[in-house]
Amino acid sequence: MNAFAALLRRELLIALRRPTDAANPLVFFALAVLLLGVAAASDTGGLGDAAAGAVWVLALFANLLATEGVFRRDVEDGTLELFLIHARPRFAAVLGKLAANWSCAALPVLALSPLALYVLGHSVDGAAMLMATLLLGTPTLTLLGAIGAALTAGTGRGGLLVAALVLPFYLPVLIFGASASAAAVDGRDAAFELLFLGALLTGSLTVAPFAIGKALAISQEY
Amino acid sequence: MGKPLLAARGLTATVDRQRLFDALDLGVGPGDLVEVRGPNGSGKSTLLRCLAGLHPPSAGTVERDAALAYLGHRAGLCADLTPIENLRWLGTVDSTRLGPEALALAMDRVELGAARFDRCGQLSAGQQRRAALARLLVLDAPVWLLDEPLTALDDAGCDMVRRLIRDHRADGGAVVCATHGTLGADQAAPSRVVTLGASGALE
Repeated sequence: MNAFAALLRRELLIALRRPTDAANPLVFFALAVLLLGVAAASDTGGLGDAAAGAVWVLALFANLLATEGVFRRDVEDGTLELFLIHARPRFAAVLGKLAANWSCAALPVLALSPLALYVLGHSVDGAAMLMATLLLGTPTLTLLGAIGAALTAGTGRGGLLVAALVLPFYLPVLIFGASASAAAVDGRDAAFELLFLGALLTGSLTVAPFAIGKALAISQEY
Repeated sequence: MGKPLLAARGLTATVDRQRLFDALDLGVGPGDLVEVRGPNGSGKSTLLRCLAGLHPPSAGTVERDAALAYLGHRAGLCADLTPIENLRWLGTVDSTRLGPEALALAMDRVELGAARFDRCGQLSAGQQRRAALARLLVLDAPVWLLDEPLTALDDAGCDMVRRLIRDHRADGGAVVCATHGTLGADQAAPSRVVTLGASGALE
């Protein structure tokens, strides 16, 4: 628990010192929603039923933007070496770091998502379900994205390479997240989708921190 | 020498198909200073990384009976945090309790002055090195692995490092130090010198 709290605190402090970096995903999300809203509203009156799916896709990319370089600075300044030597238990420290990353990247997007639905011309009735699916789904995206970031940490690249690695694994989250949101609008029961998102989250919470720790250790070998 | 704090047996490292050292045996006990010498690229850093557990050796084992503190080429300081903040997270992670007094004392011993309150990105290379050295003092680890600790330090800083090493040895700690020269004349003699060359460990 110590290691979790220590890393969470450190990362939040760094985010506070570099607010522009921390706000990147939110700015991306807001701009993309705005442009999509302008483009779609011009003649058809919004995206209609596709709006929840569009919000999900944009939230996914915002999340990837925040996660793909989550370890880059630690590799460059040597913090990662100390992390590997001293952080015990390592999975708790990894979770602390990712919890901070998720809070900075995904929570603001989550808060803005009802507004995004409205801008895209959708009724805000589905907003509660959209937020519930984002709340369940985005932590999974962060955990999976961080595996990609850890695997590429030693290569000095990230970006599209991480995207190519993790996007296939993002698909189930996207599919169930968007379909639960759509189901809520149609008045159908979305319990199955929500349970599945919860299962994906539980699974990735269990496995990803260990995979990330191992991948980070390998990245520091020559 | 008592029970070794750190013991390497038959340590071999091959990087990019080049054998850096071969079947190296090394035992480091309380009060020891092992100097690892050799030209650039001879494998000094690789040896330290093997001892730290960061890099798996191609053959051989490293057994460690005590906590370690590692100082690599990179300072391990986040540019956006102050030296004190950079130490604090490490203290909590390592479950060493770091009170404000312990942090202030470490900052005093590395003679960092008021720079302790500036962000590390604004410090000079030498000041960053001092901040990284403060880590050794707060971690309370018996084994120090130092990779070129004198880099970027002024004369007073080099004296300070020699003093830290002397005090650490006097307290029963052990130091393995990679250096391309020697640590200096007024330093108590190293217990052992390992010289690495292009053709592997020459001893």
